[in-house]
Amino acid sequence: MTPFTTLTAIAAPLLRDNIDTDAIIPSREITTTAKTGLADGLFAGWRYTRIGGREPVAGFVLNDPVFRGARILLTGANFGCGSSREHAAWALAEYGFRVIVAVSFNPIFRGNAVRNGLVPIELPASAIAAIAHETEGDPATRLVSVDLPAERLTISGATGYDFRLEPEAKAMLIAGLDAIDLTWRHREAIANFRAADHVRRPWVYRGQSERH
Amino acid sequence: MGRTLFAKIWDQHRIMDLGDGTELVLIDRILLHERTGGVALQSLEVAGRRVNDPSQVFATMDHVVDTRPGRTDATLMPTGSAFIAATRRAARAAGIRLFDLEDPGQGIVHVISPEQAIMLPGLTLVCPDSHTCSQGALGGLAWGIGSTEAEHALATSSLRVRKPATMRITVSGRLPEGSTAKDLALHVLARIGAAGAGGAVIEYTGEAVRALDVEARLTLCNMATEAGAFSALIAPDDTVFAYLAGRAFAPKGELWAAAVRAWRSLASDPDARFDTELSFDAAEVAPMVSWGTSPQHSVPLGHEVPSLAQAPHDTADSHRRALDYMGLHGGAALEGLPIDAAFIGSCTNSRLSDLRRAAAVLAGRHVAAGVRAICVPGSSRVKAEAEAEGIDRVFIAAGFEWRESGCSMCFFAGGESFAAGQRVISSTNRNFESRQGAGVRTHLASPETVAASAILGRIAAPRRLAPPP
Ligand code: SF4
Repeated sequence: MTPFTTLTAIAAPLLRDNIDTDAIIPSREITTTAKTGLADGLFAGWRYTRIGGREPVAGFVLNDPVFRGARILLTGANFGCGSSREHAAWALAEYGFRVIVAVSFNPIFRGNAVRNGLVPIELPASAIAAIAHETEGDPATRLVSVDLPAERLTISGATGYDFRLEPEAKAMLIAGLDAIDLTWRHREAIANFRAADHVRRPWVYRGQSERH
Repeated sequence: MGRTLFAKIWDQHRIMDLGDGTELVLIDRILLHERTGGVALQSLEVAGRRVNDPSQVFATMDHVVDTRPGRTDATLMPTGSAFIAATRRAARAAGIRLFDLEDPGQGIVHVISPEQAIMLPGLTLVCPDSHTCSQGALGGLAWGIGSTEAEHALATSSLRVRKPATMRITVSGRLPEGSTAKDLALHVLARIGAAGAGGAVIEYTGEAVRALDVEARLTLCNMATEAGAFSALIAPDDTVFAYLAGRAFAPKGELWAAAVRAWRSLASDPDARFDTELSFDAAEVAPMVSWGTSPQHSVPLGHEVPSLAQAPHDTADSHRRALDYMGLHGGAALEGLPIDAAFIGSCTNSRLSDLRRAAAVLAGRHVAAGVRAICVPGSSRVKAEAEAEGIDRVFIAAGFEWRESGCSMCFFAGGESFAAGQRVISSTNRNFESRQGAGVRTHLASPETVAASAILGRIAAPRRLAPPP
């Protein structure tokens, strides 16, 4: 996972509530068992004129040349609701997004984002509308900066907003850590816990011995 | 102070505190399906990691498999068979119990797990699928995760989780005749909204919930993810124990007796405190139907499409977008709206009791001309049991297609779908834009409402049907 500390980039506004993972990456765009090759399918239903086609819809934000290279997405409440497909996080990351600023996130999507180096920032709707407003017209020069260690987002070095990310997610994003490696340091504690649990709740265990 | 049911299960599974509010939690069961599970297994392999305890893991083929009679590995989705092949190979390599196409245990993951007692009270169960919350109906903690989290659970039998908040939803009284668990789920969603649970674990309780059978409880918990919940659960009781007894993976003999003794303590203490408390009166729950593109867009069947002022969870923009997509306007009547298709299936409403109730509506009647009607049993076992009762013949005589088990047209994976602009009445859980195919307009409802609407060719409650000839 690519570590994240700070980023200054173009912010693209997609200010809708309840953007679901089917909208972020439609099922029909997921054609292989790989985690890659998804960027073209990002928001396909809104971005292209035809199902399966690649002809851009003129009014869609990501098709607007001024937002080319956007790495920050501004959005509404309950972003990433619906299907748990991690492809939504993979597609956003592969497209180039590193930060999603939303009023709130679906809990599964939020976990997927953190596991893939995408920073989920929650701010009030009024703040997000203000950021979109301030960057409007000239997003390429009114850049948005995100300082993860300081938990602060600023617009062209001027207006700033503090945000909060829980320490575990923050630490993993900053260090680009792999959660399995971190947890596996405790493998002995896990094995001991399971052994004791086997005595407490024998009906849970299906009789195969541990492999490690 | 007393503990909630959720806290009791959580405490039993807490391996250690990782600091800063994150805890390492023991995972008892991991379920996989060919759509997202194959990816997780494959990626684990590539990283050179092993499944810690394959006996905890179960996999099924449900999401992309064909559901037309006489199916093979070939799917209508162009690359679907690659998902099937990859999952089959990876599951075998890892030594995981796989319910493959021909297995009598095959079916939708959230249908087969309760049906075979893979899920039990007090367990932690995860699956890379958002409707995993359904399984909390048996009194355990079951939640949906992403593929990377699934890899973590497979490799370590644990997950790093921040303890979610709790929400108790108490439903007093009794559901009126004709109102079902699906209607209750939509009623709650319409009130609290698609983000209303805010990542909390919902405990459903109250007289109306306790009166539900296990299959109805599964329907109710199924839709918790549509409110943005971490999961939902219901305290296990004799109804659950009687349901589980003797099922394939249920404990047997002495172990069963010990398990039931332990499960009886799985209830919130009377003085337990919840972060949020909500209450509903079951008597107010009418048969529901959705009008828009989020499950929160649901109203009682006789009501009109709400105007913006009557849609509390919508911004002007989202309300307009939903109406545009659905081809409706505020104030339009929902009942009587002509439909092109009717679908009975999905992990929400495709169990035996659902099919029985729909069949009772269909018996002696026929689907309206021009309506395509499809029934997809939730599991191969549900299908076999329904056929043993003659339910398949009722569906077929009424003009329904009778399918093999799977997710089918609950979501459009790139294969079979309804046509753009078609209006579909559906017993599923999501009415998102293009969920059932590009441009398809989905109206969510109970199986009996779907059946009645199919007969009349327009959205209608069963009570609107004339007596069969
Ligand atoms: S039936 Fe539909 S909602 Fe349920 S698991 Fe399958 S695709 Fe998901």
